[in-house]
Amino acid sequence: MTKKITRHVLAEYPYQAPQVERGYANQTLYVNVGTGEIKAKPVSEEMKLKFTGGKGFDLWLLWHAVRDDTRWDSPENEIVISSGPCGGVTQYPGSGKSLVTTISPTTDIVTDCNAGGHFGPLLKFSGWDAIEVQGIAAQDVIVVVDAIAGKVTIEELPDAPTDTHLLGAWLYEALAEKPEEKYYIAMVSAGTGAEHSLLGCLNFSLYDRKRRAIRYKQAARGGPGTVLRHKHVKALVVRAHAFHGDANHPADPERLARVGADMQKEVATWDPVQNRMRNRGTPYLVGVMSDYDLLPVNNFKFGSHPQAHEIDGAYWEQRLTQGLPDGCWYGCTVACAHAVDGFELQTGPYKGQKVIVDGPEYETIGAVGSTCGIFNPDAILELNFYCDTYGIDTISFGNTVGFLMECYEAGILDREKTGGLELTFGNAAASLEALHQLARGEGIGKIVGLGIHKAKAYLVEHYGADPQFLDDIGMENKGMEYSMYMAKESLAQQGGYALTNKGPQHDEAWLIFMDMVNNQLPTFEDKAEALHYFPMWRTWFGLCGFCKLPWNDVVDPKNSKSAEPAKIPHHVQNYVDIFSGVTGREIDLQEIIAMSERVYNLQRVFNIRLGKGLRAHDYPPYRGVGPVTEEEYISRQERYDKQLREWLGLDPDRMTLQEKIAAHRQYRMGRYEQLMDAVYQRRGWTRNGVPTVEKLRALGIDYPEVLAVVEKYL
Amino acid sequence: MITLNRREKLPWHEGLTVQDLLEQEKFTYPHIVVSINGTVVNHDAYAQTLIPDDADVRVIHLIAGG
Repeated sequence: MTKKITRHVLAEYPYQAPQVERGYANQTLYVNVGTGEIKAKPVSEEMKLKFTGGKGFDLWLLWHAVRDDTRWDSPENEIVISSGPCGGVTQYPGSGKSLVTTISPTTDIVTDCNAGGHFGPLLKFSGWDAIEVQGIAAQDVIVVVDAIAGKVTIEELPDAPTDTHLLGAWLYEALAEKPEEKYYIAMVSAGTGAEHSLLGCLNFSLYDRKRRAIRYKQAARGGPGTVLRHKHVKALVVRAHAFHGDANHPADPERLARVGADMQKEVATWDPVQNRMRNRGTPYLVGVMSDYDLLPVNNFKFGSHPQAHEIDGAYWEQRLTQGLPDGCWYGCTVACAHAVDGFELQTGPYKGQKVIVDGPEYETIGAVGSTCGIFNPDAILELNFYCDTYGIDTISFGNTVGFLMECYEAGILDREKTGGLELTFGNAAASLEALHQLARGEGIGKIVGLGIHKAKAYLVEHYGADPQFLDDIGMENKGMEYSMYMAKESLAQQGGYALTNKGPQHDEAWLIFMDMVNNQLPTFEDKAEALHYFPMWRTWFGLCGFCKLPWNDVVDPKNSKSAEPAKIPHHVQNYVDIFSGVTGREIDLQEIIAMSERVYNLQRVFNIRLGKGLRAHDYPPYRGVGPVTEEEYISRQERYDKQLREWLGLDPDRMTLQEKIAAHRQYRMGRYEQLMDAVYQRRGWTRNGVPTVEKLRALGIDYPEVLAVVEKYL
Repeated sequence: MITLNRREKLPWHEGLTVQDLLEQEKFTYPHIVVSINGTVVNHDAYAQTLIPDDADVRVIHLIAGG
């Protein structure tokens, strides 16, 4: 050890890591931090065939771990993490994702999210396809999967800090016996913010060899960090052996090498003249979204802002450190995991420290920035850093602050209720102070830390707020805050957000351009088909360990000549080849969709089992559908008046503003109802959104306990 | 008058180029395909390519994922 630390081993399980074969270790790890039980569970061939891996394994394990009445803070709730059979591939970009599931503190149903970083692949190469963490420890513990020592331990480390940037530095130094061992250590952690709020994220580490520093990527949606800290777990750590590019022992390594080389060349050729992911990362989207009126501004009232260019891709290209291989897993040439180095913090407990800020990603810029009316890049970086180290989801935090800012400006909150903070749009200092208070579990920070859904109830109960107004402007569905795209003019994307399993994250479907701009989905049937195909396609990434970005953020222009350019057929074929090359299981696009449908429908049934997952839970807030306030209507009056004439045959010149707003609402919500019917039918669900017995049979997941859930609603 | 993406009717004027249309509509996303009456226009010809009156113009943004 390079640093002597106190380690009290509370439980220990010796093991010898099996050889990974064709992408699978063929066992999963169960750790109960409450009882100290640690054991291996075999992975059956049926489990691989039906649920593939990644989120599929997570859900199947979680399904068997919990009861119908399990809630996020119940001891039997679990955090389950798995990478999938293609996780750890180094020949193809974006093949190192880790998938997380748990019952969420904000939605009270299953949430799933993913992150880069090294944990998932290193866990598999250390002998485990997934880890289940159950129980609640009596004191703070760390779980160490140590393949080198051949044991899994639950340990009390009384000196370990909690906030991620401190904990990571401390743990890596403590666990690496030689400096190069840091390359093969990875951890999952949260922070003090996750202890005191429902918005906790998980930080997944990677050791950045060039910077000689620890970096972090976040699995954030739905509060998994809150669950981790509620279990009194400070970190999950894996200490792996050094590995090579064939660590998955793929069935056909030549096939991987050939497809990988073609894709790496495509990235190198086209990224510089397309999205410049290698230079800008996802922030390239900021300016584009503002140009198309899709960038959330001031709690999603508006879609663009004149100051957006101050935080657009060109700005970040000169602010982000350039020239470093910023992949979040080995071999990723898309390399979009950028950072700002040497950023000096101006506030909070770490004021004066110079730190690495991982990101900012587009979603973070939108959430802590534009939707709060904040266009100051330094403030965005400071909020980004503190959210990460405190273990807070930037999307949920920013969205909730934006919501509360509108409440403040609407008179629901005032200085007295905020403890003196002037929580108006654009006030970055107030947002930062709210974040620090959240991490301490104090003041207005406690309300922010509830997330929008529970904050609405608080404002109604304590301050007499109008629940209808709050439901209209609170950008949440199922208890999860929206990610950062304005969907008012895209009915398909309204469904892409609210007709989802976990809530309004755009990782199921992002159809705004196809629908709103390209007009490629003119009918309800077209939209329903897209809301079937894309969620299934994108679910598949999470079964295998893939990142979505290399699929469509860099594309050879020859794709435009293909029959269905939006699907990017030659990349789909790449994924078929990679999956088959790793596992030896030959598949095609049809099988990809079927693989996803099994998991997607299981998750839907899981939601029903936990008390949601029905039509009533699939409605968006009206702010996500059309103009709620007169201010919003007037800001886009030309557009809305034109729509009244062309869509409804009305004469806006003869209507009051309120009549116009009401006419829009009736029309838009009526169309949303029609969309729900079309999508449910396409997915094989009833009008109430319940998967039918026939559908579950056709998918081969008609297990008695699954059918028992849906039969109550059929 | 021209038709954009089978929906919008936009005014036409003599000398209207593809580049003019993209700027007018603030179509700044870099990965798009433009066709006029079914014929694809090369990227490097946007500034020179004139759009005729009554044209059916498609500007397809090749993005299906945020």
